[in-house]
Parts: sequence; C-alpha cells; structure tokens
Amino acid sequence: MASTIVTFELGGREVEVLVRPMTTLQSVLRNQLGQTATKDGCRQGGCGSCTVLVDGEPMASCLLPIEDVAGRRVTTLESLTPAEGLHPVQQAFVDEYAFQCGYCTPGMVMLSKALLDHDPAPNDEAIGQALAGNLCRCTGYRPIVDAIRHASGAMSGHDTEPVR
Amino acid sequence: MAKLRGTGMAAVNYPTGMNLGGDPSQALVHATTSGSFVVTLSATDLGQGLRTVIGQIAAETLGVAYDQVVVDTADTDTGPHDMGTFASRATHRVGNAVIAAAVEARKALLDVAAEEFEASVDEIELDGHGNLMVRGVPARSMPVAEVASMAQFKYGRTIAGRGSFMKPRSEVDPETGAMDPDSTEAHACTVAEVEVDTETGEVTVLSIRSAYEVGRQVNPALVQGQITGGAWMGMSHALYETTAPYYPAPDHSPRDFSEYLMPGPLELPEIDCVVLEMPSSNGPYGVKGIGEMTANSPIPAIVNAIYHATGVRIDSLPVTPEKILRGLDARRP
Repeated sequence: MASTIVTFELGGREVEVLVRPMTTLQSVLRNQLGQTATKDGCRQGGCGSCTVLVDGEPMASCLLPIEDVAGRRVTTLESLTPAEGLHPVQQAFVDEYAFQCGYCTPGMVMLSKALLDHDPAPNDEAIGQALAGNLCRCTGYRPIVDAIRHASGAMSGHDTEPVR
Repeated sequence: MAKLRGTGMAAVNYPTGMNLGGDPSQALVHATTSGSFVVTLSATDLGQGLRTVIGQIAAETLGVAYDQVVVDTADTDTGPHDMGTFASRATHRVGNAVIAAAVEARKALLDVAAEEFEASVDEIELDGHGNLMVRGVPARSMPVAEVASMAQFKYGRTIAGRGSFMKPRSEVDPETGAMDPDSTEAHACTVAEVEVDTETGEVTVLSIRSAYEVGRQVNPALVQGQITGGAWMGMSHALYETTAPYYPAPDHSPRDFSEYLMPGPLELPEIDCVVLEMPSSNGPYGVKGIGEMTANSPIPAIVNAIYHATGVRIDSLPVTPEKILRGLDARRP
C-alpha cells in the first residue's frame, strides 16, 4: 500500500508526516520526529514505557496506528516540559526520587499527568489503578505513588513539601 | 477458612566486592580549561546512582563544588579499566580509585597555584566553592577555573590524576579453609508481616521493616531508594516471579511482560527502614556496598512469616497460592 500523509497536533503545533500504513505513533514520534522521551520497551502494550496522551487520555503509543491519531491532539513528555524548569509532575518525581534507571519515567509522568487532570486529589487506590499497566523495576513503585500525591498537592496550590 | 496473620524475620550479611583473579577499578581525573573536572570511568551507572556518588566523592576530595565535576562513564573503548558494576562493588572500588586520582589531580592544581601565588604548596587551600587561596590571606585568592586555564596556557601543564584500587586475589588456606574474599560486609535484618487467605492460598504482605548497617552513606536518598526498591523486588521474588513455574517442565512459562507476574502499586506493603552508619575501614569515606543485598532478607522474612501464619514450611520460590494450599492440605489430619 502507498504511503499517506497524516496530520495531527503535537505539543500545540500541527505536524504532517508521510507514513506507510499501520506505522505506530511510537515509531513516528521516535524515528521521524526525534521525540525519544517516548520509550520503546516491548512494542506490545505490556510495559507502558511508551505512554503518551491522545486528546488527554493515556495510550500505549506502540499499539496505536498513526492513522488513528489523524486530527487528534498528542501530548508527549517533550510537549509537557516547559521551556524553562519542569512541569509540577516532573518536579515531584525529582523531589520524591521516583526513578532510578529512568526508563519507565516518561510513561509514568504522562500517566500521572492524565490521572491528575481527571482526579486532582487521587487516593492510593486510584493511583494504583492508574499505574497498573506501567512497569517499574527499580523503585518498588512507592516513590512514584508518593510523587503523584506530592504533585497533587503542588498543583492545587498547597502542601508542596515532599511526602517523605 | 480464615485469613491468618504471621510475622517472620531474616538477617543478611553481605559482602562488598568479589574474589576474582584480583578485582581492580581504575579512574582518571583531569581539569578542563573551564575549571571543571572530568572523572573518566568504565564502570556503569545502571540507575543506582554511581555517577552521583562518584561526583560527590570526587568533589569532596578535590575540594570543589559538586556541579564542577563531570562524571563520564561506561565507555570501555576509551575509559580506564574496570571489572564492572556487580557484587555491590562500584561505590567502594571505583570510589577508592577516584579518591586516588583526585588526590593526584588536586596536587597538580595546587602546584600551579603555588607557583602563581609564589607560595609553598602547603600554604595553598581550596575553599570548596571553586576558589584557591593562600591560607590566611583571603586577598590572594583565585577561582579554580582561572588557575586551570593558567595551567594550560601559561605554564603548559596538565592538571590530572590517575587512580587505581585493587583487591588482590585471596587464595584458600588448604589447612584451615580461611580466606579473605571480600573487602567489607554490610548487614541487614528484615521483619515482614503477612496475611494468608487459607481458602485461596493468596498472600498479602502487610509490611516490610528493615534495619540496614551500610557503612557511611554518601547519598542517603540513593540508599533509601535502593532499600525501598529492593524490598519490593524481594517481595516479588518471594511470591510472584519465575520464568519456569513448573520447572523443569516449560509449562505456563511467561513469554512477555504481560505474562511475567510481578506485584504492582496495588500490592505495595508498608516499607520502612532505619539505616545505621558504621564506616568501613577500607571504603571511600567509610563506604560499604548496598545494592544487591536489599532484595535478600525480605525473601526469607516473608517465607518465615507464612510459616508463622500457617505452619506450612515452603522451601522453593516463588511461594504460589498452589504451594500454600497443597501445604495446608498436607497438614490436615
């Protein structure tokens, strides 16, 4: 099948890519657009390291054909990161030391951002449910859960001290 | 059918480094013209924070600020020799090598400053914030960057140091069996609480509480991160993880991440620890290794807690619900 042009919004800007059919969003982001924060852990939706937001919803970009995001709004870690400083969720991950090797971190940050957009003050159960599809091998998840609670406080304008 | 609770404990005595045919690490340190120091290593940071603690150790030894140190790791084509990142050895071995290299580089820096200040080397000191001065004469002070630049352009010198640390191979005494295989040992004790559902065989870990004696902590946040992550990994090995659940039969072996069982954030127990610092005699600034040991004691502590709760003694991992139910059946009269 012939290549086609797909247009979508990425970080507030319209982008056009020429792709073969069934190319994944992950592949387009990493290989065509150079946005390598989106990781490439398993390419079968099993690890969550490639999580990005599509119209604000977290999705495994490795399972998403690029045609499916035509006309939609894609948010990656690159688009979340301000020109200077860090997004409050990123800052909370730093403050709580919520990563070691860092491979899961972009997916975890995107997932956390989507969770807090829907539920600004999630309890541990809600955080656990939200994180359930994303794997971390280093931290034991506790620092990530703490970072999300910390970010929740910071984004609501109070309790910005680290949880621990 | 009931939910039974139990408490178990286990302790670990963990070596830093291994008895290879000699266990060396080497480091090179040099100043750039901008006055920052580059530490060149072949040792690898896996995420445990080696670059961070090596940067701290180098900055402390050189007498400069942490952000003046660049740690360049993990290129075995270009770096000095290192046996590798394993056996909880890197902070200890590489740290010692970096101290040796930094001492030599610092000496070269002080030599240039002494010449420029027309003072003796013994009179020159670093303030830890990027300045060299003649002791007691604050007016005669100069940024490290300026002295480093001067070394290259005015005096034609390098500011560099070489460091090596080697634990020699230890042979076994044929008479007594005695040997000295490691450099130092860290210690930990873990108490785990579990709840066992006797109808389903499922185990819920309620808490993992540990005490660690790890020598001096270079970076307490990194030590805490190892302990928290290690406790979770220990729980995962105790109850969930296997690549061959019916070994040697290959049945039901996981084929990818979605089939490989690990606990997630919904299975988190309460994880708590205290850290005791008893500096080692031979580690950099009294360091001992912490890393691999953090996943050790939680495993037998959990298995002992299951025994305490149910009377079922299990001696193979992971402790699956099936093993617990078979054990409970065997105990019925």
